[in-house]
Amino acid sequence: MTQAVDSANLQALLQETGVPEVLEHLDRELVGLAPVKGRIREIAAFLVVDKLRRELGLEATRPVLHMAFVGNPGTGKTTVGLRMATILHRLGYIRRDHMVVASRDDLVGQYIGHTAPKTKEVLKRAMGGVLFIDEAYSLYRAENERDYGQETIEILLQVMENQREDLVVILAGYKDKMEQFFSLNPGMRSRIAHHIEFPDYGPEELEQIGHLMLAAQNYYLDQAATEAFRRYVACRMRLPNFANARSIRNAIDRFKLRQARRLFEQGGQVTADDLRRITAEDILASRVFAECQEEGGEHAP
Amino acid sequence: MRIHQGTFSFLPDFTDEQIEKQIEYILRNGWAVSIEYTDDPNPYNVYWNMWGLPMFDLKDAAGAMYEFRKCREAFPNHYIKINGYDPSPMWQAQRVSFIAHRPKEEPGFRLKRTVWSDGRVQKYGLEAYATDRPEGERYR
Repeated sequence: MTQAVDSANLQALLQETGVPEVLEHLDRELVGLAPVKGRIREIAAFLVVDKLRRELGLEATRPVLHMAFVGNPGTGKTTVGLRMATILHRLGYIRRDHMVVASRDDLVGQYIGHTAPKTKEVLKRAMGGVLFIDEAYSLYRAENERDYGQETIEILLQVMENQREDLVVILAGYKDKMEQFFSLNPGMRSRIAHHIEFPDYGPEELEQIGHLMLAAQNYYLDQAATEAFRRYVACRMRLPNFANARSIRNAIDRFKLRQARRLFEQGGQVTADDLRRITAEDILASRVFAECQEEGGEHAP
Repeated sequence: MRIHQGTFSFLPDFTDEQIEKQIEYILRNGWAVSIEYTDDPNPYNVYWNMWGLPMFDLKDAAGAMYEFRKCREAFPNHYIKINGYDPSPMWQAQRVSFIAHRPKEEPGFRLKRTVWSDGRVQKYGLEAYATDRPEGERYR
């Protein structure tokens, strides 16, 4: 063991890896999610310290990096997963900056003897990077003990344990279902070092997300539309099947459709500004307002 | 007698790290890795047994190494080779093939003479000593 270095500057080391850039990017790109960002900073800091300890010759086993992301749909789990892959890559914990997203369909087979090769195929493809298992709780079906998902879980556990330097596994899913999954698979819980919870977005955050999404696509809301959008978000949040940022993205796609139709109906010349602007009319035509009214009418105090 | 087939066969045996580097090279070129094994070392035996399917869309050598180690565990006394298949148009052919694992002892080949037709013609052939025994029992 060489003792060439016996002190080092943590900040300098962190800068060198380019991780702060990724964290900044994460801050800019993702609205809210303060607890998630906090945890990621913590993990990044820990990994830098761990790396430094190794360089200074302090014996350490490789930290367990498998994670669980729990939260409602549309709270940014996949996006954060991608950033996580970049961070781990920059810190040298995975060899490649890539993430394979898999769900039950990709892992579990249809008949006896089909599951193991299928799972291994996905694992091999993900090796060197991150394997992101969406809706991981669906791998285990408690009601059917002969379900092939069990086999997938066993193979996963084995690889998570034996090939820690080749693969980082992130399990994602809704909170209550993941809780149940972990309580039924204690082996899985104990192999996961970081449980990160994704909170739901508040109305202001959703609005901000909407504006960011529009700006990224070269659209903007005019004064009246901004007001209408605020009302839209408040209404949409109360309706069933609300999926946070994903609902907002879908809503924006519909606004764009209505804008296009409006421009056609109005005819004549259009300016570049017309093409970029979304007006209140485009938003207020949404059926969400009508449904919201009904709901509100029924449950009005 | 050490048999020489495929790339690198005149070099000393590769270590696992060196094999991994070669697989990385294959993947970097966008080729698919496949693993094959046999216990019939005759150079005309081009159909080796496949160890699983060829691995398309791998990103990292770890996946192929995992399969290679599994294969070596199952067949410690066989020849195992690693192939790189180039799926791009105009090629669609194997670009790399090297023996990554071989039995500890390789008895070599006998020159087999056969008297042909009425005895005026001799035919020569090569036969591996190992193939005297049935498949699966040839090397130990």
